[in-house]
Amino acid sequence: MTFEVSNMALALPEMFMLAMACITLLAVSFLGKNGAKAAYSLSQLTLAITAIIIYQSLGQTGTTFDGTYIKDGFSDVLKLVICLINMLVLLYSTSYLKARDLFKGEYYVLAIFSTLGMMIMVSAGHFLTIYLGLELMSLCMYAMVAMYRDSFVATEAAMKYFILGALASGMLLYGMSIIYGVTGNLSISAVSASIQAGSLDNTVLSFGIVFLVIGIGFKLGAVPFHMWLPDVYQGSPTAVTLFIAAAPKIAAFAMAIRLLVGGLGGAYEYWQDMLIMLSVLSMIIGNVVAIAQTNIKRMLAYSTISHIGFILLGVLSATQEGYAAAMFYALVYSLMTLGGFGMIILMSRQGFEADQLDDYKGLGRRNPWFALMMLILMFSMAGIPPLVGFYAKLMVIKSIVDINMLSIAIVAVLVSVIGAFYYLRIIKLMYFDAPEQKQLLEAPSDMRVMISINGIAVLMLGLFPGSLLALCASIFPL
Amino acid sequence: MEQVIFYCFAALLLFASSMVITVRNPVRAALFLILAFFTSAGIWLLLDAEFLAMTLVLVYVGAVMVLFLFVVMMLDIDLAPLQEGFTQYLPLGIFVAALITIEMIAVLGASHFGLDIVAAPIAHPEGYSNTKEIGLLLYTIYVYPFEIASVILTVAIIAAITLTLREKKSKSQDIDKQIKVQAKDRVRIVKMEAVKKQESES
Repeated sequence: MTFEVSNMALALPEMFMLAMACITLLAVSFLGKNGAKAAYSLSQLTLAITAIIIYQSLGQTGTTFDGTYIKDGFSDVLKLVICLINMLVLLYSTSYLKARDLFKGEYYVLAIFSTLGMMIMVSAGHFLTIYLGLELMSLCMYAMVAMYRDSFVATEAAMKYFILGALASGMLLYGMSIIYGVTGNLSISAVSASIQAGSLDNTVLSFGIVFLVIGIGFKLGAVPFHMWLPDVYQGSPTAVTLFIAAAPKIAAFAMAIRLLVGGLGGAYEYWQDMLIMLSVLSMIIGNVVAIAQTNIKRMLAYSTISHIGFILLGVLSATQEGYAAAMFYALVYSLMTLGGFGMIILMSRQGFEADQLDDYKGLGRRNPWFALMMLILMFSMAGIPPLVGFYAKLMVIKSIVDINMLSIAIVAVLVSVIGAFYYLRIIKLMYFDAPEQKQLLEAPSDMRVMISINGIAVLMLGLFPGSLLALCASIFPL
Repeated sequence: MEQVIFYCFAALLLFASSMVITVRNPVRAALFLILAFFTSAGIWLLLDAEFLAMTLVLVYVGAVMVLFLFVVMMLDIDLAPLQEGFTQYLPLGIFVAALITIEMIAVLGASHFGLDIVAAPIAHPEGYSNTKEIGLLLYTIYVYPFEIASVILTVAIIAAITLTLREKKSKSQDIDKQIKVQAKDRVRIVKMEAVKKQESES
């Protein structure tokens, strides 16, 4: 048996991040009380340098480690976005963590390891790598939710998240083993090749796809596998909610693309119908149930479910334009979610979570600038032009119309009108209701800058969506 | 002969795993799980996967399950609430389970995975070492997944320590603090007006 040492340079971002995670861990354990601060700085530095490394190597493509690692445009862009998003997430969450005695070094170590898991998922070329990356990411997130031990709801959320997450991983793994049984391969390219070659047992293949789709649906939070999402979003400390709501969804989207499009793209007629079910149910249930919520974290969780429905809409079209639209939607979604939960963190203070809708009454008078940012974010989530959320919805619906699934497109438009109700309700509360608390809202300067950048980014991307759209379109076909 | 052994082990495995989820006592459930591990190790032995079989027995039965048994015995689990609603959900549960079983038999049965479709594994030559083969694959082609698995284990221990370690509130002396102490930290001097006791006149 001959063996050549793989070209490890392609995997430099992951290797750098792993080394830095270990250094951060050592720093935390040796620095004692200053460990948390050092860990925070080190984790931001790690994410920044990793982003630079990825940016430097843009355009370089290839596979290494015997095909278990893929570096292509898709992985580079998503990894870059994941690093940047997580930098912002950590920036937002610091003051929240400090106010609740959660400002610990371990939090940041777990955050880096989790980011590493996401990056591994994004550039996975093998079913095993996808699964291991997913486990690495999820394991860190379970622990981050459970870290707030003084809170009963957080512990409950962590338990639910862990048990359902483990169940979903089991489903995914079972699906992978069935696919292995049919194709005799676990490498994504080899699976794709054997499907192209035909002569496979299609009954067993579709049986395996069922389990893969269930696993993906669980991780994305698509109906009917969504029940964990509102509970976990509500129960976790807001900083952790922000973390698990933003970047992991991009990673889960990448997993869906790698598995369904990269590996099983040739068998799309099997998963297309399943995704139609998931997508339509998610859009309807997410938008309708969100109306009944009084807790804004829960409301945003249901809003996430509906956004997932829209992302799946792009994937199920099984066209290159559809995949690009879904990717655009996933990126835009994470930006908007970042702002939405960032706003909750901004409003909260020691002993006050700001997670009730009533807490937003009269925000327009307490701090007009923050209210304006929230207005932009809510309008964008509702899909009102000229904000970027509108283009995201437009592109996925267009991809569905292009394959003549008009009825689904009509459902999508109808539910986004229904969904606009609860986004607009927040705007009504902010501007037309009297505030319950009189004092003006103060926030640290870095948070103020952050939320402003976030809101303005949503506005600017909406006015000039061309470059991001072109970027997404240039990536496909994989 | 091999078939007889396989079916014995398979039947025992099915029995043990269904007992794991149906017995009421958690200690018994853990013991049945050990039986399930043993029988699946036996099935792996039939496949010439000695290394995996031995690892399963050593790691899972020897270490994980023993620890697990300790934990289960330590915990005082109230069984009554666990069984609430069992009969209520039983018909629906049986219906769903039966449906899934029938579907799985239809898909995974001999018509799709029979010997005429998936060829029987070829017999290994004399001196074949399963352990060596696994080692060769694990450290060459699968080195990347192998490394990720090690990272996952690291994260597991970080997470476990983070979740269980409490800052110790020890009662031991802190000499530095004792020396630094000053009178004003310990004694509070309260100035009081001297008040003459008023004599009640009546």
